[in-house]
Amino acid sequence: MALKDITMGQYFPGSSPIHRLDPRAKLVALLCYIVALFLAKWFVTYAIVLGALVLVVVLSTVKPKALLRGMKPVVFLLIFTGLLNMFYTPGRTLVSFWVFTITYEGVLHAFFMVVRILMLISCTFLLTYTTSPLALTDGLESLLSPLKKLKVPVHELAMMMSIALRFIPTLIEETDKIMSAQRARGADFDSGNLIQKAKALIPLLVPLFISAFRRADELATAMECRCYHGGTGRTRMNKLSFRPADGVFMALALALAVGVGILAHAGL
Amino acid sequence: MSDPIIKTEQLTFRYTTEEGVAPVVLDGLNIAIEAGSFVAVLGHNGSGKSTLAKHMNAILLPSGGKVYVAGMDTADEDLLLDIRRQVGMVFQNPDNQIVASVVEDDVAFGPENLGVPSAEIRRRVDEALAQVGMTAYTRHAPHLLSGGQKQRIAIAGVLAIEPRCIVLDEPTAMLDPVGRREVLDTVRRLNREKGITVVLITHHMDEAAQADRVIVMNDGHVASDGKPADIFCDVEGLRSLGLEVPEPVALMHELRQTGLDLPLSVLTVEECAAALYPILTNH
Repeated sequence: MALKDITMGQYFPGSSPIHRLDPRAKLVALLCYIVALFLAKWFVTYAIVLGALVLVVVLSTVKPKALLRGMKPVVFLLIFTGLLNMFYTPGRTLVSFWVFTITYEGVLHAFFMVVRILMLISCTFLLTYTTSPLALTDGLESLLSPLKKLKVPVHELAMMMSIALRFIPTLIEETDKIMSAQRARGADFDSGNLIQKAKALIPLLVPLFISAFRRADELATAMECRCYHGGTGRTRMNKLSFRPADGVFMALALALAVGVGILAHAGL
Repeated sequence: MSDPIIKTEQLTFRYTTEEGVAPVVLDGLNIAIEAGSFVAVLGHNGSGKSTLAKHMNAILLPSGGKVYVAGMDTADEDLLLDIRRQVGMVFQNPDNQIVASVVEDDVAFGPENLGVPSAEIRRRVDEALAQVGMTAYTRHAPHLLSGGQKQRIAIAGVLAIEPRCIVLDEPTAMLDPVGRREVLDTVRRLNREKGITVVLITHHMDEAAQADRVIVMNDGHVASDGKPADIFCDVEGLRSLGLEVPEPVALMHELRQTGLDLPLSVLTVEECAAALYPILTNH
């Protein structure tokens, strides 16, 4: 098992205009874009949404290959959704054999659905590829800070998220180590049916959990030693700064959502 | 002598268990650590040395007696942040004390908690990384660094708080020989050049030999306390506590038993060679 090959949520450092945007602007823009994506209805609106995505990809200098690699885990989902839409949409018959009927509307529907999912994944990946995890959690904390008034522990949630991100590689490394240790003693993770495979994971998960709890305990002590006492009175080294460019980017994303909404309403 | 930065008075500690049986871990310790000194605390597993370390910045509070850090009583909860600002702590496992996914963000964690202004944090982070010789790795991901490098990042994280004293609890136990040397050289340089008080908890004799003062712990008591050269002369005494002496001293001890007149106060390989040279050339 190649645990180290996981690309999801990976960050590719860079200095493109998209990289330099404020994470809050990127988060809000992503939200607007997703809204636009779900409002899109017909070729014109889809073309606009796709065009916007291509433009941002080009600006971000993220290699399209990297985006496509992230699609691998969802290929099955894509095929499944595509087929379902093709067969189960009522309309004018295109091809018909045995109990299956492919309709003209079904094909279009399936096509739009697959394109929509692909764009949805691409735009979220684009965010994590161009924004460091810390900037992302900082951005979330800042965007959600009004919720503090409602006693939502926003700082604590953001802290948990950034620590979780920090420990992903450490825990993956540890899993690899435990797997090797258990294999050396004759454990078999690869053969047998699904239930047997799941059972084989128990000797892997138990030590992993125990060590994770021990790590958590030690980390908590180390954080206290470094004067951590919650979010009150905390300052940041790299303060988020909202520049005019961030405002423009957000406004463009909002305009995209509104524009697509209007065009879709007109049936385009 | 200047004022002690850490002082314990009749420090007693016992873990409270549900059955009410409480083994005593520290038993009436009276220790004073001078500001600016480099003190090594030795002892075998279970001698109470790590427990003692955890009392030095109020992670653990005494069951009996007092601990003072720069004159502040550690039992006073209002002084907690001030105490931890004075005494920083580095632990055994470097992975479990690094908080952020980028080196400089991790070093900034301490001052950020203290509410230091952004520009000042930047200055402290750059300075701390320079002091541990890790400036080249400012934007690196900690999990890709070696053990010794990670431990130096952890030390930088403590330095950024600008403490007067650093307590290191077996910082080299999980490192390879190269990493051990990196960490120890860093700690020694900080002590000499910056005048930071260092308390090094260890079970490596060669590390303790580099300190100004060695405290040997056994069963929650101080077994002996003095200059390394004096402490390690008592080869039999240390061995009865389950401790080995540094290799040069062990060699000298063996040779003395064959009747040669050699000093036991040699701590480095160079001193050892210098002591052996006249004997070898005479024969």
